[in-house]
Amino acid sequence: MLPTVVVGGYLGAGKTTLVNRVLRGAGGRRIAVVVNDFGEIGIDADLIESRDGDVLNLAGGCVCCAVGSDLVAGLMALPERIAPPDVVLIETSGVALPGAVARAVRLVPGLDADGIVVVADAETIRTRADDPWVGDTVRQQLAEADLLVLNKTDLIGAQALGALHAWLADVAPRAVRIDAVDADVPPDAVLGAAAAAQPPLPPLSAGRAMRSGVLRPALGLFESRSIVLDGALDPQALARALADPALGLVRAKGVVRDGDGVPWVVQAVGLRVRVTPAPPGTPAADPAASARLVLIGLRGTLDAGMIEARLGLHGAAAPDRS
Amino acid sequence: MSQSAGRTVVYAARRIHTMDPSRPQGTHVAVRDGRVLGVGTLETLRGWGDFEIDDRFAAKVLLPGFVEGHSHVGEGTYWRYVYCGYFDRTDPDGRVWPGARSIEAVVARLREAHETLVDPKAPLFGWGLDPLFFGARRMTRHDLDAVSPERPIGVLHASGHITNASTAALALAGYLRTDHDHPGIPLDDARLPMGELRGPEAMMPVLFRLGVDRAAMSGDEAGLRAFAKLAVRTGTTTATDLATPIPDDAIESLLRVTGEDGFPLRFVPAMHVRGHTPQGAVERALGLKARSTDRLRLGRIKAHADGSIQGFTARMRWPGYHNGAPQGLWYIEPETLRALFALGLEHGIQIHTHTNGDAAIDLAIESLETALRAHPSPDHRFVLQHCQLADSAQLRRMKALGLCANFFANHHFYWGDAHHDQTVGPDRAERMNPCRSAQDIGVPYTIHSDAPVTPLGPLHVAWCAVNRRTASGRLLGAHERIPVADALRAITLGAAWTLHLDGEIGSIECGKRADFAVLEDDPFEVAPEALKDVGVWGTVHGGRIFAAGAA
Repeated sequence: MLPTVVVGGYLGAGKTTLVNRVLRGAGGRRIAVVVNDFGEIGIDADLIESRDGDVLNLAGGCVCCAVGSDLVAGLMALPERIAPPDVVLIETSGVALPGAVARAVRLVPGLDADGIVVVADAETIRTRADDPWVGDTVRQQLAEADLLVLNKTDLIGAQALGALHAWLADVAPRAVRIDAVDADVPPDAVLGAAAAAQPPLPPLSAGRAMRSGVLRPALGLFESRSIVLDGALDPQALARALADPALGLVRAKGVVRDGDGVPWVVQAVGLRVRVTPAPPGTPAADPAASARLVLIGLRGTLDAGMIEARLGLHGAAAPDRS
Repeated sequence: MSQSAGRTVVYAARRIHTMDPSRPQGTHVAVRDGRVLGVGTLETLRGWGDFEIDDRFAAKVLLPGFVEGHSHVGEGTYWRYVYCGYFDRTDPDGRVWPGARSIEAVVARLREAHETLVDPKAPLFGWGLDPLFFGARRMTRHDLDAVSPERPIGVLHASGHITNASTAALALAGYLRTDHDHPGIPLDDARLPMGELRGPEAMMPVLFRLGVDRAAMSGDEAGLRAFAKLAVRTGTTTATDLATPIPDDAIESLLRVTGEDGFPLRFVPAMHVRGHTPQGAVERALGLKARSTDRLRLGRIKAHADGSIQGFTARMRWPGYHNGAPQGLWYIEPETLRALFALGLEHGIQIHTHTNGDAAIDLAIESLETALRAHPSPDHRFVLQHCQLADSAQLRRMKALGLCANFFANHHFYWGDAHHDQTVGPDRAERMNPCRSAQDIGVPYTIHSDAPVTPLGPLHVAWCAVNRRTASGRLLGAHERIPVADALRAITLGAAWTLHLDGEIGSIECGKRADFAVLEDDPFEVAPEALKDVGVWGTVHGGRIFAAGAA
């Protein structure tokens, strides 16, 4: 299943800036940006390598194309237009409800909605949310976010920012919130661990139940950890454990085996966690593969010890792989 | 078929209604070079010099050719699929398909088509279904499985917003699973889809697998020709396609088909703004406008402000929907609509805005008010399409701003009962599509079919506006009824006005195009209840004669 991330938010919030950021940080991942908007393809000119009909070929094997009013038809026709990417990023129109877009994505064979990222303009979001025309639309967008990128925080003071977070905790209760300037958010937070370009894990040594390590210390505000899980785990219990805001997780994805050795895919975006059977024939279902979890969280908040404790994996060494 | 240049033909008719108040009636009309020289009696026309008299319409009644201000070419293309509607409907070749009045009748109709197909797995597609008229029972996938368990079958509803699918069709689209979590996919006791797919998103993967090409459905050459045949059958000489993407590669084909000697229609496609920035859309419309011909009028833009009332996606003001559904959706950002209006006014490109709900109408009114301050344009004639829930205060503002309305009069007949009972409740259902109020207030207006949502047929639309009867026979909103003469004006000059074409068409008048609807009876004389039953012989288009039977 091709992971598909929905990027929503009202006009001017910074969706296109965010998309350009992610493209610049693609790191070898082939991203297909699908624009479902009023024609404005805002890809930075220096990222565009060539144009193939109405498909833009971008640096690093990424592509960008527009789909018309019929999003699902556009997504279904995608394989005829472009080579299979690693991840799809849908940039919606300013009035689209990203939850509805994510539900639509799940109807398209081969695609799986992997998170709703909503971008909000820190300076104007409160006004937008009270707008007589679009206020309810904007509030619903916020309420549907898994990941809320609070953009342009440099335009407001610390006190206003604090008040804004308090308000958002109420309006967007299921979202993990990230402050940003110029939509500067690590691509992994947007794209998720699913499509992360992972360095190879060290070989398993006998007797070790679990290893974890910092994979990307250079993520700025974020850090990423990989935990190898050898033993049997209850995937539902793991999911419940991950859905705790105290962990500071932005995203998590992994494969675990239950008591019968059956592999399950566990995915978390913000506070939403899904457990699905590992599709047969994929690497995740390979019995020889090691089960592991990749976690992305806010630096300083993502506490390996706490996570290990929550997962019931005590006392294991955590070699630094930076 | 075509007239030689300079030759004058005088057509004698039982009666000619001109829609020109200074010469409202005549018995003869003189035509030269595809235009009207004059109308009156044979005596009043003699001064134009030598002429040939043509008596073929001596027993007929001529009206200005009807103008359909909101239709889609899909009315022509849908006929390549199986008609499953509740009401009798005439196909482009004149065959009347009886209405399928029960689920069993729909299944029987599909089975007939199924038996003509050789490949047992070839998909089968029907359209026009309206289970509202079947009572409480809903059609399920098992009903369609009765046609054939192995053939993938889909049936699109008349509204265009729902599709019923068979089990094989659901399986083909990967829908036969128990983990659906989509409001548009109702489940049965086995947690499998029950067979109804609601909303374009839920429908699309199934339509796609059935090989129903929505782009082709919205118009290809064969579809345009079939559409034009239906136009002749209904007395229509000018019709819109509202809207279409008009891709670059379609323009040559549009120019070729409409330019053929035997093409009987003035075709007015509006380009949809979707996929363009407002700036890009207006620039493209300007480029298209320059390529217009007599029979292909390009350079108009369509935008959607909201969705549909029966789909509960029309954007509503307080108190919203009668059944408590949320207040609907926006299909465009207010900023984008304002920018589009401003650029349209600045460059003289007309914008048609789909507005069903009263909040969407408010947005369009306010957006235009702002845009007009920056770009005063006394004769812009922007049109609010459907405009179904406008109240009188909104109509007064529309009048002040020069906004036209194109009301969806057919809605009363087809969905009036649903509007009364479910969607908006009795108060607003009675004043929906307020033709009489618009006329009293002075808002230029026309009325439309939105074909293929309801059948192309201006006389039927006029009948709806005159009688305001629902399918159950209920009189819905007596006050908003209009007299026959006004309804006939709405489907001729009224529609021509909303397209900036009233100087060329819409009345039978010296200098105008010789576009006539040739009728078997006089619509001014028949009982208003019988207006829809007036027979149509065919049309005259730019002086060329098209008999419905020969089309």
